[in-house]
Amino acid sequence: MLDQTEGYITEDGRKIGGVVMEMKNITLRFGGVVAIKDISFDIREGEIRAIIGPNGAGKSSMLNVISGFYVPQEGEVWFRGAPRPQMKPYQVAQQGIARTFQNIALFEGMSVLDNVMTGRLTQMDASLWKQALWKWGGAEKEEVANREIAEKIIDFLEIQNIRKTPVARLPYGLKKRVELARALAAEPKLLLLDEPMAGMNVEEKEDMSRFILDVNDEFGTTIALIEHDMGVVMDLSDRVVVMDYGKKIGDGTPDEVRSNQDVIDAYLGVSHD
Amino acid sequence: MAQTHDGVGEGVSLPALLKRNVREFGSSPAYREKEFGIWQSWTWAETADEIQALALGLINLGVREGDFIAVIGRNRPYLYWSILAAESVGAVPVPLYQDAVAEEMAYVLEHCGARFVIAADQEQVDKVIEVQDRLHQFEHLIYLDPRGMRKYDHTTLHEFSHVQAQGRAAHDELIGELERRIATLTLDSTCVMLYTSGTTGKPKGVVLSNRNVIETARASSSFDKLKLDDEILAYLPMAWVGDFIFSIGQAYWTGFCVNCPESADTMMTDLREIGPTYYFAPPRVFETQLTNVMIRMEDAGAFKQRMFKHFMDHARKVGPKILDGEPVGLMDRIKYAVGDMMIYGPLKNTLGFSRVRVGYTAGEAIGPEIFDFYRSLGINLKQLYGQTEATVFITAQPDGQVRSDTVGVPSPGVEIRIADNGEVFYRSPGVFVEYYKNPESTAGTKDAEGWVATGDAGFIEPDTGHLRIIDRAKDVGKMADGALFAPKYVENKLKFFPNILEAVVFGNGRDECTAFINIDLTAVGNWAERNNIAYASYQELAGHPKVLETIQSHVEEVNRSVAEDQMLSGCQVHRFVVLHKELDADDGELTRTRKVRRRIIEDKYADIIAALYDGSPQVSTVTEVTYEDGRTGSISATLDVRDAPVVALQQKMAAE
Repeated sequence: MLDQTEGYITEDGRKIGGVVMEMKNITLRFGGVVAIKDISFDIREGEIRAIIGPNGAGKSSMLNVISGFYVPQEGEVWFRGAPRPQMKPYQVAQQGIARTFQNIALFEGMSVLDNVMTGRLTQMDASLWKQALWKWGGAEKEEVANREIAEKIIDFLEIQNIRKTPVARLPYGLKKRVELARALAAEPKLLLLDEPMAGMNVEEKEDMSRFILDVNDEFGTTIALIEHDMGVVMDLSDRVVVMDYGKKIGDGTPDEVRSNQDVIDAYLGVSHD
Repeated sequence: MAQTHDGVGEGVSLPALLKRNVREFGSSPAYREKEFGIWQSWTWAETADEIQALALGLINLGVREGDFIAVIGRNRPYLYWSILAAESVGAVPVPLYQDAVAEEMAYVLEHCGARFVIAADQEQVDKVIEVQDRLHQFEHLIYLDPRGMRKYDHTTLHEFSHVQAQGRAAHDELIGELERRIATLTLDSTCVMLYTSGTTGKPKGVVLSNRNVIETARASSSFDKLKLDDEILAYLPMAWVGDFIFSIGQAYWTGFCVNCPESADTMMTDLREIGPTYYFAPPRVFETQLTNVMIRMEDAGAFKQRMFKHFMDHARKVGPKILDGEPVGLMDRIKYAVGDMMIYGPLKNTLGFSRVRVGYTAGEAIGPEIFDFYRSLGINLKQLYGQTEATVFITAQPDGQVRSDTVGVPSPGVEIRIADNGEVFYRSPGVFVEYYKNPESTAGTKDAEGWVATGDAGFIEPDTGHLRIIDRAKDVGKMADGALFAPKYVENKLKFFPNILEAVVFGNGRDECTAFINIDLTAVGNWAERNNIAYASYQELAGHPKVLETIQSHVEEVNRSVAEDQMLSGCQVHRFVVLHKELDADDGELTRTRKVRRRIIEDKYADIIAALYDGSPQVSTVTEVTYEDGRTGSISATLDVRDAPVVALQQKMAAE
């Protein structure tokens, strides 16, 4: 049902564009362990793409391949119509890809605002000399411009009240939100979320879902996310990839995936011998 | 300056006052709002321009004179402009409580027949859309924050800035019509319609005229010598008459600046940054702030704690006297000055009260300790008594005559009369026009001579002329043995303990009094933390045996204090229950201004009340709760019913 070349229109009327990123026959091994086995799928402009699967299915490995952190032994990652060479993480960030982590990776001792500002680093280029000269080197102007963007994101995620609070003092749900803020501060084209709702209560999950949808809607950001909570995934995403034991066992709209027998087996459990 | 005007002069309506403000102090700041971490400000001239654009946009959308325009959202300059724009085009603005659930909104929107709604954000828009099928006259919805709104059907939905842009584009065509409509406004045209919170029954729409609002603003501004360079923080609900008078009435009369916080959660930070000179808060806010100070002091080092205690004791002794200009010895003054440098000054700064010249509390009785704490710091905190029907002011305390147990002398222009049954009546220029579409209630409240029944019982102190309020006249009852029953009196005494957030006392027509008690999660939670008491939920903490003991000791102390009053000694609490959930406006147990709705609580918790009177040691109950988004669920709990010893009357008489 999906037109694989031209994009499609979602049920709620958003227009999804062409392919932004494509995984072509990815295989990833750690020594003798095959984490990902010959997986191919694509991510389209403006969509919310979910990767789901039971524990140990290889979801986080897949996300790490997308973010360039792992280099697959076989297969290619195509980004914007060309194969992507091996890159340093900062180069990936400069391409417009930002991510959050399953285990929050914030600077605990720094304030929320400072953490969000670190997300702007790739966009700032004042040298050490210019920084030292501050106002006269133009560094102040740059700081102000970037602070404005950071503040808009703080406003967007409704964390104004903790702007100056050290991250270490925040509860888990808010830390997750701060991490999302930092990723958004980089103004990414593609946002990768690694279990954004892990460990949250129902209310926090609802808030986070709202923010993910709003980010996609307001900024047109393409989002790829890994999530455990099936209910959340099915409500949020446009298309879902299902993995089990390193293999892709399903790919399609939430409805298609839901009725896929392999997926049902993987989640309800059948013996794997 | 405004105060030199004879009467209201040219200011016959709020739009007329706006014109005057632009002419006389157009470059002074009128509004500030913190957004994106920075205080954005608008001068009076810029404000007038924004309001005009919106008013033109409203005409462009087809607003007719006499239409009702509902305004829903937190305090933001844009929404204050909406109120002014609505009045400018001859419509009646109706601010609504933003935390009301869709059902409550439906009632008000239906009752006033609003054709237009201006809502702050998606949350409010969703609520209106949910109920709009039932609203026959409803036509257009204007929203402020476009976030998340893209996918909505925009045939009757408009973005605020687009309405303004269309208004600006149609300036030449429509400005004549707008000028004409403003010119037809008089002192007697409707300024605003505010819905009462409704402690009993459905909310009533109180119609206030320009005369009510402007006369009240003029009199009260001169009473407290409010000036152009005063600053206030607008953070109380826009639908509440107090905010309307402070942030619109007095602001437009004197031209002072209205500051809007960034969000409800940043209110305390914003308060500190602005340092208002004129401040208003219900007792609950002062209580919370004091509780926070005390909690933080308990975490401070021993030296700081001792210093704090030493100087606060001194402040309690001489602070209020210095504030009232009474004679105080030189040594005491010097010591107070040292304390001011070391403790009071920094504390006031932390609380955001460094510059407060006039502070008011009203709505409920404030605990004498709390009241004295703020006054001893040198904050000129006073009490006033008022209601929506009076356009706030009935009585207020003049500088130098401040006490915690009275509500002050009649405000300028207000006459007060005490009826034979003790009910307080008043007559003033602020007396409301009518209850909208409810002539029976209007006639029942306001008589032909303009006297209005407050529904409160009280008396005037013979020697000072100050008014003292005892209780809601409706709530005052009789016990089975004929003794006076005044629940509020006892509840207030209970609520003065930081651990007790809310209390409801029963006993009308019964042999003895009993009470429901809500713990204060902040205070009790902190206590639990310091004593290594683990708890997983409000319910668990509220049912903890040690918490129950603490509350019991508070109840006993209240009983002793109640027993001292001969008239009310029958109101001692014999048995009580610490409730497993907080009483909440979403469940209809409190009004939006957080007043207890007795009848509803009595019905809802009939099983617990029965247990309070049948002597059973425990009661199992299931309570329905409403979540913020309107869904319902239920909590079940088994509650301990505790007996509290009371001071027997015979003993007391024997002792005398």
